[in-house]
Amino acid sequence: MSHASSPSVAVETLPLIRTLGIVSAICGLIIVGAYLATLDAAKANRQLAAERAVFKVVPSAKTITEYFLVDGRDIKPGEGADAPAGAIKFYAAYDAAGKLAGIAAEGAAKGYADTVRVMFGYTPSCQCVTGIGVVSMRETPGIGDKILTDTSFLANFKALDVKLNKDLSALANEVKVVKHGTKTDPWQIDAIAGATITSRAVGKGINDAAQMLLPKLVPQLQRLGTRG
Amino acid sequence: MENKPGEGCETGGCHSAAVPIKVVALTPQTPSNWMEFAEGLWERNPVFVMVLGMCPTLAVTVSAINSISMGLATTFVLAASCWLISLMRHMIPKEVRIATYIVIIATFVTVVDYAIQAISLDLYEALGAYIQLIVANCLVLGRAEAHAARTAPMAATMNATGMGLGFTLGLFMIGGVREILGSGTFFDIHLFGSNFQPWVVMVLPPGGFFVMGGWLLLFAIIRKRKEKAALAATEMEVQHGA
Repeated sequence: MSHASSPSVAVETLPLIRTLGIVSAICGLIIVGAYLATLDAAKANRQLAAERAVFKVVPSAKTITEYFLVDGRDIKPGEGADAPAGAIKFYAAYDAAGKLAGIAAEGAAKGYADTVRVMFGYTPSCQCVTGIGVVSMRETPGIGDKILTDTSFLANFKALDVKLNKDLSALANEVKVVKHGTKTDPWQIDAIAGATITSRAVGKGINDAAQMLLPKLVPQLQRLGTRG
Repeated sequence: MENKPGEGCETGGCHSAAVPIKVVALTPQTPSNWMEFAEGLWERNPVFVMVLGMCPTLAVTVSAINSISMGLATTFVLAASCWLISLMRHMIPKEVRIATYIVIIATFVTVVDYAIQAISLDLYEALGAYIQLIVANCLVLGRAEAHAARTAPMAATMNATGMGLGFTLGLFMIGGVREILGSGTFFDIHLFGSNFQPWVVMVLPPGGFFVMGGWLLLFAIIRKRKEKAALAATEMEVQHGA
């Protein structure tokens, strides 16, 4: 709105817009350049991290394939893409002979400090969770992070029962975290004394993910079949 | 604390709690590039003297490696953005200078963010949101506004690199102590036997304040002693003279 002849102190707008435009264009180019330059390495890193996490929860696995469960029905190969909205990501892990060794999926629940994200391995033959790993957490060092090291807590996940009910609509028994020392059933998780909230987050993360994924996945397990 | 724009801090507004600083930048003759570089390393150390950028200083210094990574990331952002700002200092109208600085700083923060994802995902997880928050670090905008905007590119880059390395040193001095006491390790190497009971509080948020306070206390004591010695020396001279 300013004029060069105007006596007021109004500033010419055009040079301001021009400067911001030029600076933004240069910055845009730098960002795109950096993105393209690091894309491959970042993808490889993410793939490696996922593989490491899966191999930890399904120890007999040799290769993994990423899948999405889309709209709660279809199973589609992931091929390294980001999960579309509403899709659940999981990994099918195959052993050396190319046979399906297990399924790894991620669950998340609110812990003491922040969301605790856990990866768990599901073994179809026993219909149970046979291993867990922590993907990320910010729990109190020395207290909440015992979920990584406490051997009696980790023993809960040698064979945690996640059988489905008869009409395959949900888990037969909800995975429940119980007070330290009161575990009676194979679908219960014995909490760590003093770290109950973090233990509960692990249990809830597994339960929520299993309730969503397994009823849809188990009837289609044959489709994942073998690989080789 | 770190969100304050730099102007007030640079002119002395926000280091009342810290060691008083000598006003070096106001000397009439242009300082050499080496002087520019050395200024931030110790004499005006961003962490212990200027006490800028406290948010990452207290938050990510739970281990030595985190501290160094965070410091180097900040150094890169500082040096690159000060260089570009200094290069463009004559064409940036003063009405939009802060907006321009923020765009430039945010660009290099994004570059660092991508680079760390490509280097190590574990490190990226450990540093978390503090990488993105470099853009809000008082130190970066402060150097851009108070120094790079009125200095030639070479001197501005040297000064920014020195400041960044000084910041890294400060972070490392805090992070190293916190890791040794809080986890019993240094760069993940176990220092003590299995009987060592880590002081968990040191890797929790209060530990950051304890160690920071401890260092500031130590520097304050040393400074007081030096002042006392200097005072005694002058008194002696006066007595001898009389």
